[in-house]
Amino acid sequence: MTGRVARIAALYAAARERILVLDGSWGVMIQGKHLSEADFRGERFAGHDVPLKGDNDLLCLTRPDIVTDLHDAYFAAGADIAETNTFNATAISQSDYGLEAAAPDINTAAAALARESADRWTAKTPDKPRFVAGAIGPLSRTLSMSSDVNDPGARQVTFDAVYDAYRDQARALHLGGVDLFLVETIFDTLNAKAAIKAILDLEDEGLERLPMWISGTITDRSGRTLSGQTVEAFWHSIRHARPFAVGFNCALGADLMRPHVAELARIADTLVAAYPNAGLPNAFGEYDEEAHQTAARLEEWAQSGLVNILGGCCGTTPDHIAAIARAVAGKTPRIVPSRPPAMRLSGLEAFELA
Amino acid sequence: MRPVFVNIGERTNVTGSARFRKLISDGDYPAALSVARDQVEAGAQVIDVNMDEGLLDSVQAMTTFLNLIAAEPDIARVPVMIDSSKWEVIEAGLKCVQGKAIVNSISLKEGEEKFLEQATACLRYGAAVVVMAFDTKGQADTRNRKVEICARAYQLLTEKIGFPPEDIIFDPNIFAIATGIEEHDNYGVDFIEATRAIKQQLPHARVSGGVSNVSFSFRGNEPVRRAMHSVFLYHAIAAGMDMGIVNAGDLPVYDDIEPELREAVEDVILNRKPGATERLVDLAPKYKGGKAAPRVVDLVWREGPVAARLSHALVHGVTEYIEADTEEARLAATRPLDVIEGPLMDGMNVVGDLFGAGKMFLPQVVKSARVMKQAVAWLLPFMEAEQAGKPRQMAGRVLMATVKGDVHDIGKNIVGVVLQCNNYEVIDLGVMAPADRILDEAVALNVDIVGLSGLITPSLDEMVFVAGEMERRGLSIPLLIGGATTSKTHTAVKVAPGYTRGSTTYVLDASRAVGVVSSLLSKDNRAAFEAETRADYEKVRQQFSRAQAAKIRTPLAAARANRFAVDWQAWRSPPPAFIGTRTFAPWDLDDLARYIDWTPFFSAWELVGRFPAILEDDVVGEAARGLYADAQAMLKQILEARWYEARGVVGLWPANADGDDVIVWTDETRTVERARFHTLRQQMAKSEGRANTALADFVAPTGADYIGGFAVTAGHGEAGVAARFKAAGDDYSAIIAAALADRLAEAFAEALHHKVRAELWGYAPGEPFDLEALLGEKYQGIRPAPGYPAQPDHTEKATLFSLLDATAATGIELTESYAMTPPSSVSGLYFANPAAHYFGVGKIERDQVEDYARRKGWDVKTAERWLSPILNYEPAR
Repeated sequence: MTGRVARIAALYAAARERILVLDGSWGVMIQGKHLSEADFRGERFAGHDVPLKGDNDLLCLTRPDIVTDLHDAYFAAGADIAETNTFNATAISQSDYGLEAAAPDINTAAAALARESADRWTAKTPDKPRFVAGAIGPLSRTLSMSSDVNDPGARQVTFDAVYDAYRDQARALHLGGVDLFLVETIFDTLNAKAAIKAILDLEDEGLERLPMWISGTITDRSGRTLSGQTVEAFWHSIRHARPFAVGFNCALGADLMRPHVAELARIADTLVAAYPNAGLPNAFGEYDEEAHQTAARLEEWAQSGLVNILGGCCGTTPDHIAAIARAVAGKTPRIVPSRPPAMRLSGLEAFELA
Repeated sequence: MRPVFVNIGERTNVTGSARFRKLISDGDYPAALSVARDQVEAGAQVIDVNMDEGLLDSVQAMTTFLNLIAAEPDIARVPVMIDSSKWEVIEAGLKCVQGKAIVNSISLKEGEEKFLEQATACLRYGAAVVVMAFDTKGQADTRNRKVEICARAYQLLTEKIGFPPEDIIFDPNIFAIATGIEEHDNYGVDFIEATRAIKQQLPHARVSGGVSNVSFSFRGNEPVRRAMHSVFLYHAIAAGMDMGIVNAGDLPVYDDIEPELREAVEDVILNRKPGATERLVDLAPKYKGGKAAPRVVDLVWREGPVAARLSHALVHGVTEYIEADTEEARLAATRPLDVIEGPLMDGMNVVGDLFGAGKMFLPQVVKSARVMKQAVAWLLPFMEAEQAGKPRQMAGRVLMATVKGDVHDIGKNIVGVVLQCNNYEVIDLGVMAPADRILDEAVALNVDIVGLSGLITPSLDEMVFVAGEMERRGLSIPLLIGGATTSKTHTAVKVAPGYTRGSTTYVLDASRAVGVVSSLLSKDNRAAFEAETRADYEKVRQQFSRAQAAKIRTPLAAARANRFAVDWQAWRSPPPAFIGTRTFAPWDLDDLARYIDWTPFFSAWELVGRFPAILEDDVVGEAARGLYADAQAMLKQILEARWYEARGVVGLWPANADGDDVIVWTDETRTVERARFHTLRQQMAKSEGRANTALADFVAPTGADYIGGFAVTAGHGEAGVAARFKAAGDDYSAIIAAALADRLAEAFAEALHHKVRAELWGYAPGEPFDLEALLGEKYQGIRPAPGYPAQPDHTEKATLFSLLDATAATGIELTESYAMTPPSSVSGLYFANPAAHYFGVGKIERDQVEDYARRKGWDVKTAERWLSPILNYEPAR
């Protein structure tokens, strides 16, 4: 077995035994470092003609020390899985900074940084192996929604462009050594479907298939994604990825996310994962929910048998992750239900021909 | 959704609709969108989009139209069928849909490599596929070629690229028949027989087709074409066809086709007589103009004035003259609406009064509703034409649904009809309705009441969930709970407390529905009624918790020590005639008819009494006789025309008890465990000498013993039949059809058990056939079903089904709540020991739940969820 094949086997084994913990947010942590424009530019982009401050993914190339610090902080807090710092590292998202060409390098570097930190922690605590998930974010451009109020058929981007951007990102993450892909913060399922196809098509290049974790975003109490799908319709739309895990993240805190996670736990015949925000932002855009509050809510989910993987999204910190890891230690993970085969289709709503 | 025939609308298909073609070539996309919207509003479950037109940039048109649909939630609600003969158009479509679509179609036309390449793309885009029976030699025309190509495609898809079989739909090609060319004569039969073989041989795959091709040679003669479509579908659906591109709205009901025409059409479709084509061609011009004139039968009541005749027809359920009478009334009235509000409502009020007074019974009321529906259907076009035709003033709007995971709807349909008779508008979401959809519709349609129905125990939980969702969404619409496993106690203890914003009311049976609904919608009575219900339920809850406290349970260890002791020396099972499974598909329906137990058939209609004495009953005898006559007439048709197909499977295996489990061995060496049935033990306090029984007690722990299992259905075809009646507004016949399918399935279970005792297991050879004895269960051995009192855990069906390979053998599938579909299905285990008997497990304590969870490999929460109806304690939340 190659190192990665063995790690993936260990990942499946660990998920059967316990509730796994993902790391927390990056935005808040990077903000806390008070970095300057020069930090973001480094030497390589010193002469770039567009301001780069705020392009957090770029730090993988220009301040790798900070990225490693953050990985270490989350692993120290008890995270089993680290996300690469690549939420926006596609050619499409980097084009906002004029850095399309740098996207593959960011992904390769990000994977290597996370890999190094994870391997170091695995060596330190061999009974708790650490894993790296290649983060694939949603893009600022969407395939299902119009970009022009006067023309509902208009789109700012094509499926092929989205697909190409994701395929390049996924290839770089794969070659960089990630253990699984995490397609996350999905508010438009069609974007995610382009990412899924791009990842599956990597097999045609001779790259081995890696586990996929698909994480959607329910944007409000309506219980639907921004592009209008119900929880069940979303599941039907992405189930062909045969994902390692499916779940939700972002937009909601644990209290408001619970019913949607519960619904998914009822219908998904794979692992269920969730990493909510630390509550809803206050008037200043800051997250107030404290570590013990988030952890108490997620502990109840674990007790109710709803989840297999937990973590944090916006506003969560290593304190939150440590509290979550403590709260779910020793709790039984959700048992994956089996569902009778049936043709299950979807539009915005689910359709089942039983 | 139950496995009804799925009609795929073809109005957004440029090859099927001249109007749509013109809109698209003119670039009038707003109007094209409204075609799609109308189709979804009219109930299309999937919309077919086809842009294959020579003069059109099909890739562009597909992309534009699907992007526009994405912006219309009313349309985008349903899945899309992306229909094109060109792969690049299909792929363009796949790049526009966020949902899971159906691709129509791919085939082996250009060889295996191309086929697998396109199928792999569909798999990675996430779509189901229609596979045409087409290979490099051409389109398959004979039954054998169709089956051979589909089987090959199935094998390639499932084995080479891991395509999920449930996402494969075969289109075995419907070709034109009666063309005058002899080779074409058998095309209808070829399709129907290929469908039957595909459904039997290729598990989980579906069959679809474009129906209008079959009648191509009669173009210009719509009545004959429609008759051909109806007859063709009738036979194809019975053979297993699941979906089709067809305008179902204007198909005549099979039974309503003039017998002479139907006979001629059937001869052609089934290719059963030489010269059939010539006869249909000769007959066709006669029907071109429309229906033949109705026969005139003179009866006294026909001589009265029109209002009296309408009233008579309603009260007596006579449909024969209803259209003519309604038309006469319409001509006499100022506005068509006046006919509804005048004589028809007067007639229905008479029906309502008689029902309320106990002088009419459910079957008769449902029959009246059929007459009413036909009259209203007749008036509808006139009311629309009149423009001013304001919607009828209805007494209220009630939304009804059988909850997710459940497929049973006979009772719900009866309630729906009764409410309609009383001038309530009923929106019926059918079966398997998820909470989401129920509540979205309830809000969107601004309904006054939501009614939930269900038959199996997991549905109880789903109802609690729906109530919780109503609370979460801030609704306050009154909620009604009904169905066989529901109860006032469950409603009061589990459902009502989760829904504090609105009221929850348990409805015992259809006869109470009107009273409850009218109280809840009455301005004056509502508050008092709700307060009364709340007070009543509070009392029920208190009683329940007192009863809880009082119910002493025996600890599991003590219950086990007091197990039911069988004297294994007294009787030992002989080895069965075979080990493994045996399939009976089909089983002869005529044979089943003699096993029917009619008593439950009458109770489904709320007519209480034992058959046959019920027919002579002073009170309900007349209603029972009428119902029985109609049921017999339909049963005759079912048997003659083979409307349903009965399929069953039996398994017999070496087995031994292991504590409260039963181990099923792979063979007589009894060394390798093949599966394990888990049973539950009674924990009620027992008086001296009475055991705490579990089903495992009836199997010997050591030495030679056996267990059996079975699954049978008589439901294949029933959904199609019921759907056809419903589409024609005939709920009465639809409900009879469903109830008879249930009876036939139960009869099948009896017949098969008899065969098992006498031959297959053979432990009671020479047992005579005696229906009274059978129905009185006066024979050796039992056949308890998972989900029923002796083993209340529905999930045990999964083990049973996998041992029997029941889905492949019989076509019965399990829903997520372990309901069987088709609904008219029965399954269970066989125990042969003479001491084996039926019993109820009753409530069980936490110690057994924990033990059971361990044995099942569940966590305790999961066990508590599946066993929630029998817990003797309140599980931690």
